[in-house]
Amino acid sequence: MNKIFETPLYAYERSPDQDTATPVRHKVIVVGAGPVGLTAAIDLAQQGVGVVVLDDNDKVSFGSRAICFSQRTLDIADRLGCGNPMAETGVQWEAGKVFFDDRKVYEFDLLPEKGFSNPAFVNLQQYHLEEILVDRVRALQAEGAPIEIRGRNKVEAIGTHDDHVKLEVETPEGPYNVEADWLIASDGAHSPTRRMLGLDFDGRIFEDNFLIADVVMEADFPSERWFWFDPPFNRGQSALLHKQPDNVWRIDLQLGWDIDKEREKRPENVIPRLKAMLGEDVEFELEWVSIYTFQCRRMEKFRHGRVLFAGDSAHQVSPFGARGANSGIQDTDNLCWKLKLVIDGKAPELLLDSYSRERVQAADENITMSTRSTDFITPKSEMSRLLRDAVLDLSEKYEFARPLVNSGRLSAPCTYKGSSLSSADALNGPDITCPGSACPDAPLGDEFLLPKLAGKFTLLTIDAEAPERLEEGGIQATRLALSVKDDLTLELKRRYLGDADSAIYLIRPDQHVAARRDTFEENAFRQAMRRATGKE
Amino acid sequence: MADLILTPNFDNADDFYANLLALHDGLDKTDSDALNARLVLVLANHIGDAGVLSQALKTAELHDNQD
Repeated sequence: MNKIFETPLYAYERSPDQDTATPVRHKVIVVGAGPVGLTAAIDLAQQGVGVVVLDDNDKVSFGSRAICFSQRTLDIADRLGCGNPMAETGVQWEAGKVFFDDRKVYEFDLLPEKGFSNPAFVNLQQYHLEEILVDRVRALQAEGAPIEIRGRNKVEAIGTHDDHVKLEVETPEGPYNVEADWLIASDGAHSPTRRMLGLDFDGRIFEDNFLIADVVMEADFPSERWFWFDPPFNRGQSALLHKQPDNVWRIDLQLGWDIDKEREKRPENVIPRLKAMLGEDVEFELEWVSIYTFQCRRMEKFRHGRVLFAGDSAHQVSPFGARGANSGIQDTDNLCWKLKLVIDGKAPELLLDSYSRERVQAADENITMSTRSTDFITPKSEMSRLLRDAVLDLSEKYEFARPLVNSGRLSAPCTYKGSSLSSADALNGPDITCPGSACPDAPLGDEFLLPKLAGKFTLLTIDAEAPERLEEGGIQATRLALSVKDDLTLELKRRYLGDADSAIYLIRPDQHVAARRDTFEENAFRQAMRRATGKE
Repeated sequence: MADLILTPNFDNADDFYANLLALHDGLDKTDSDALNARLVLVLANHIGDAGVLSQALKTAELHDNQD
């Protein structure tokens, strides 16, 4: 077994908070040191907001768990100073194959276009990501940033008030009380915070079991996502093979509903299944085995007063499409700049309701997408299986059927259509950069666009004039002046101008478009700034 | 003669497929089969063109001599 699971990453240490007569009040407390909680904490600390992360454990998550991290997640990680180690450690991929019965029916390329600083996806075990994030926390601490992780600090009770929350925390040395102006609950699908607050979590349960096995082997399969419908080695079910770093391969086998989980998890039952898939003579070692079922559900809203839910605690999806951890990290991307403005008194608390609205929209999109994938992968009636198999049969010979093949629609950022923070589109520009969308990257000679948009309001001008700074209500937007000539590949023009001759984009700190038009009009952009910060 | 379209032509393939499955939801096999039969006839009438329909019939057979 890999040693990473045994070594405490943030061992328990006594905090001065445990020895005070009255509870210490922090700006933000994050519950749960998984990828979502750590991402939130790093984002806030980078902006100078004091943050304490509490986790009932002191180690990385056990087993590989979330493994596929999307381009959008890597773009966010770049802003948080973690993108390079993720891209360097992870296995980059953008292609996949789909098999039906004993034959390959279809291949896909997720990134037929070029001109992005990050790949479509990297595969990285969740424990590697958590380690990278904790390293980043340590680096921030060394720079004096106000961030700490408290291992083996288990929240036992929560008291919610109008302007703060009070926590009772259990430690190996007994309980203590601590307070926070704001609480971010990123404590997973079984969120104790959600339970303690007595909040709903409704949705659809899928009656199926999947066996996940991580195997270590020397194999020459390419770095692609391979998906099987009804293969000879797992009749009537599905299978997935994916490469992770360190010669670890993720294998996912659908087992059906009526099984004995404990029995199926035993190596003597797992190994024959894997041999049937990989071949009798392939040498491998089992690193981790787990059986999971899943649900698609979400909370009605993600903000409850001073408590903000993010990641699996707020929404759960089927694993097909890599929409779990990716959407959780995007939650924090949406939340943290808003929380910073509210904490600084530069935006009303109402801005945080837009966090809930925008990320509920994203969660619904993710739930719809992953539910449809699940319905295709595991047909629930004889007719849906007949239709599914007809699609697969046709897709082998005819291109038209391939868009119907659904082995998982892979995570893409949500466009916040109709968001109260967006202004009406005033540019005859491309759809992919309409207000609400996440800015796509574009090459700028040896550099890329997205790193220049990170963490602040930006007025991106392309062949257009505008002031260098626009300040509205104490919030500043800084101009980034570009020309289509800055990108000889013309991707900047294709993605941001389309048929327009010039464009000005107001871009939020999370790199989503707030407003756009062809020329600078001061009043329009001032109004757009107010809208984007919940003031109009 | 018009050619049968065999490249992707759906406005939104996922929406169509989800609506198709929803149509069958709760039907027994006989009713589902009947629904599919009616759907084939509705779509065939919309196409109308005898040449295109003839190509569609052959395509659905999945014969190897198709292009």
